[in-house]
This record gives sequence, C-alpha cells and structure tokens, in this order.
Amino acid sequence: MAAPGAAGGGRSGAPAAEWGGFEDNMQGGGSAVIDMENMDDTSGSSFEDMGEMHQRMKEEEEEEAEGEAGAGEEEDGEFLGMKGLRGQLGRQVADQMWQVGKRQASRAFSLYANIDILRPYFDVEPVQVRARLLESMIPVKMINFPQKIAGELYGPLMLVFTLVAILLHGMKTSDTIIREGTLMGTAIGTCFGYWLGVSSFMYFLAYLCNAQITMVQMLSLLGYGLFGHCITLFITYNIHFHSLFYIFWLVVGGLSTLRMVAVLVSRTVGHTQRLILCGTLAALHMLFLLYLHFAYHKVVEGILDTLEGPNMPPFQRVARDIPVVSNAVLNTTAKAIALTL
Amino acid sequence: FPGLADVSISQDIPVEGEITVPVGSHSPDEDYSTLDEPVKDTIMRDLKAVGKKFVHVMYPRKSSALLRDWDLWGPLVLCVSLALMLQGGSADSKDDGGPQFAEVFVIIWFGAVVITLNSKLLGGTISFFQSLCVLGYCVLPLTVAMLVCRLVLLAGAGTISFIIRLIVVGAMFGWSTLASTAFLADSQPPNRKALVVYPIFLFYFVISWMILTFTPQ
Repeated sequence: MAAPGAAGGGRSGAPAAEWGGFEDNMQGGGSAVIDMENMDDTSGSSFEDMGEMHQRMKEEEEEEAEGEAGAGEEEDGEFLGMKGLRGQLGRQVADQMWQVGKRQASRAFSLYANIDILRPYFDVEPVQVRARLLESMIPVKMINFPQKIAGELYGPLMLVFTLVAILLHGMKTSDTIIREGTLMGTAIGTCFGYWLGVSSFMYFLAYLCNAQITMVQMLSLLGYGLFGHCITLFITYNIHFHSLFYIFWLVVGGLSTLRMVAVLVSRTVGHTQRLILCGTLAALHMLFLLYLHFAYHKVVEGILDTLEGPNMPPFQRVARDIPVVSNAVLNTTAKAIALTL
Repeated sequence: FPGLADVSISQDIPVEGEITVPVGSHSPDEDYSTLDEPVKDTIMRDLKAVGKKFVHVMYPRKSSALLRDWDLWGPLVLCVSLALMLQGGSADSKDDGGPQFAEVFVIIWFGAVVITLNSKLLGGTISFFQSLCVLGYCVLPLTVAMLVCRLVLLAGAGTISFIIRLIVVGAMFGWSTLASTAFLADSQPPNRKALVVYPIFLFYFVISWMILTFTPQ
C-alpha cells in the first residue's frame, strides 16, 4: 500500500492497524508516497525534534502515571507541536528513528572511545622491540619477495617521544628563541607532524602506486626509521662538527632510508611505481634530518664570534640601555612635578 | 514456564524498596555525613592524606596506600609550584627562552596521561586515576631539586654551581623514576616492565632537563 520511501527508518515498524488510518491523513489525494518536503513547516523528522519529543513524552508519562492513562494521544500530538505529522503513524515512525539512532550512536561511541582497539598494536615484548630497532638499520637484500612489516605502534611512538626529547635538548643548548609558540609545542608538533603527516602521504602514494601496505604498517615503518634520526641528532647536538654531521647524515640516515626503501620496493610492482614511492620517501626522510639539524642548531662559529670581542652580546646591550631610558623618564617626571609644584 | 503462568502483576501496585548491598570495607564516613563537621577537620584530613603520600614517595616501600586512596591534590600542588618556580626564566617577555607556566603544566599532565594510556595498553591492571596520582606524586623529588637549584643559583651561576645542580637534579631524577617504578611496575606482566619504565624515564628526564637548564635572567 504505502511505501514511505522518504520516511527513512520506518521499515520495521508500525503495526498494520495504524496504517489503516493512513489514507485519511493523505494530503496529496491518491498518492502512495509520503512526501516529507511537502509537509507544513518542520518535517518533524530531524533528530533534535525526535529527541525533544521523546524527552517530553517521558516526562509527561512520569507526570500522568497515576492519573489519566492514554488521555488524548491526539492532544499529545498537538501539544508537542508536531505540525507536519499527525496520528499514530508519524509518532511511531519518529520514535523508531530515534531509538535506532540512539542505539547506533551509543554503539559507535563505545566502539571508538574504547582504547582496546589499539591494544593489539601494543602487544610486544622488549626483546622484539630491541630486535626491530636494530633491524631498522639493516637494509634487506631480497626485494623480489614481499618483506614482512610488523604492525606495531609501541616502538614508533616511543621513538617519536625520544626524538621530541632530543629536539628539546638541541633547542635549549642552541638557545633557540621561538616567538610565536613554545619550545615544547614546536618540538612535539614537528615530530608528530612528520610521523603522522608523512605516513599518511606515503600511504596515499602507495595506494596510487598499488603497493601492498596498510596504514599501520606504514606508520610502523616510518616510526622505526626515526631511530637513525634519533642517534644522529643525539650525537651531533652534543658534538658540533659539521663534517661529523654530514658523515652521520649519509651513513646512518642512508642506512635507515635504504631499509625503508627496500621494504617498500619489495611490496610494489612496476618500475615507475617503485621509483615514485622510493624517491619520495628517501627525499623526505633525508631532508627531514637535514632540517632538524639546521633549524634548531646554531653554528658554533657564530656563537663564538658574538661572545668574543669588544661588542657585547645582544642581551647585555639591552640591559645597558634600560638605565639610560629610565634615567630620561625620571628626569622628565621630576621636571613635570617641579613645574606643577 | 508453567509456574509463572498464574502470576499477574497489576499495573497499579508500585514496586518499592531499596536495592543496596552493604559493602563491608567502607570507611566510617558512611555512617554519618561529613557535611556537618567543622571545615578545619575536613582540611586537616585531606592534608594528612596528602602528607602521608608525600612520605610514601620519599621512602618508597611497597605499600598500597598510594594506590588505594588516590587523590590529585598533591600532584596539583606540586605541578603548580614547579611551574611557578620555572616561571621567572627570563625577564624580557619578548625573548622568552624559558618555559611558560602553561607549558610546564601541559607537559606534566599530558605526559602523565600518555604514560597511563601506554601502561593500560600494555596490559596493566592499574586504573587511570591511580596511575595519574602516582606519577604526579613522584614529581616531589624534582620539585625539591628545583628549590635547591634556585637557592644555588642565588649564590652564583658558575661552573661549580652547574656541577652541584647537575648532581642534585640527577639524583632526584633517579629517585623519582625509582619511586614511580616501584609503584607502577608491579601492575604489569613481569616480562614487560622495561616497556613501561622507559616512558616514565623519558618523562622525568624532560622535567629534569627543564629544571637543569633554568637560568634566571
């Protein structure tokens, strides 16, 4: 009879008795479809309205519990101000939709707010973590066979935090001054931004180039590749030799990049795709190390220059000027007061 | 169910009663309301609880008092005092090389939350707030170290003072890490203790680093 296509969730619903009165409420003559757009003002099928209606129905039920049971459902309908829907059908449908929606929302919430989703990715032993850390510096030789990547998030997360700590150390020793923001915020933002952002970008590229890799595996691979960065930066932030940094950059950075590239190559088919993926990853990885070194690390020769010599370092110069300024202010104030007295 | 066939519940009879199961191990506060006692009693009771936990941190024995009655007053007080002491890093507000108050606050709480989530994900049996409580209270040695550093810096800022500060901060950092490990590592499966200790180590390392590199301008 009636096919309420536009009514949405009223499939499993209203008992057949209520549908008998449906034709009396039709607005369009013999049409068999409820056209919600042609209702008066509020179509009445939004969730907020349903929620409100539900709430008010509950409150009303509590109030009228002792007294009149079933007193004028039509009055209820009018009292609640549902202009577009009349009769039992409308309220049944709306009620169904509200229930379904509420159930789905609470199920989704309990699904996504549950940290147990992440639990399988943290299921590691310390021995495994150590083994994977060492493996991340050893490039694999066999690239014709897809290499196994452990989809684990503990190691990468700890490596990112370690990198944050090392960056902080580097920023402090080089007296980096961050004007808009804080040292900690910059460090966390840089490291997490690199890990999550580059992983997502590489995953997208891998999707385009048909590589067999999942998002967690990509996160894991890139995270373990940061081990080389950690070592390099830890050593070169303490021993400031540019040539040493370049050696470390090539050797350590190169080894970890080669490992990541080899694993990716083993999982991709086709020369162009392999080239694109590996070129991008290698470039981003090596350039990030270069950036971390130079952005947060002052050249030692520059510091030595400003500390020696007759010209004072900048912060002392500022301190010197202040007495002059304050003297001038005092003088003018004294003069002004003397004039008024 | 044949036995239930003749049971009929009329709609008019309301069902009343209390569904409370008396649990034996409640404190005597359940018997009388603590609303009528003088304010001094309430404050002194809370202060005593906080003080007892401070003592537990300074002498970490394997007692469960810290875990059982967790509270976050101690961590809040410690965090605020540490952040205040780290505040005066530089007088010039344009060139702020030192950590801001909010920065220290966020580092401590965000770090504690991350460690707690990590230990829960690794299969720990400790609850969220208990872990926060322990990590917050174990910041006490580092706050003491900050106090000592400030006093040492009043005397001068040379190499000797740096060495003294390094030794003091290093010792307190080790104390903090050991104290929190003593409480938290018990709740982990035995072969994964190292996985939980490492983030705690990093967390206190970052705080110690902030304390050590503090120079008043």
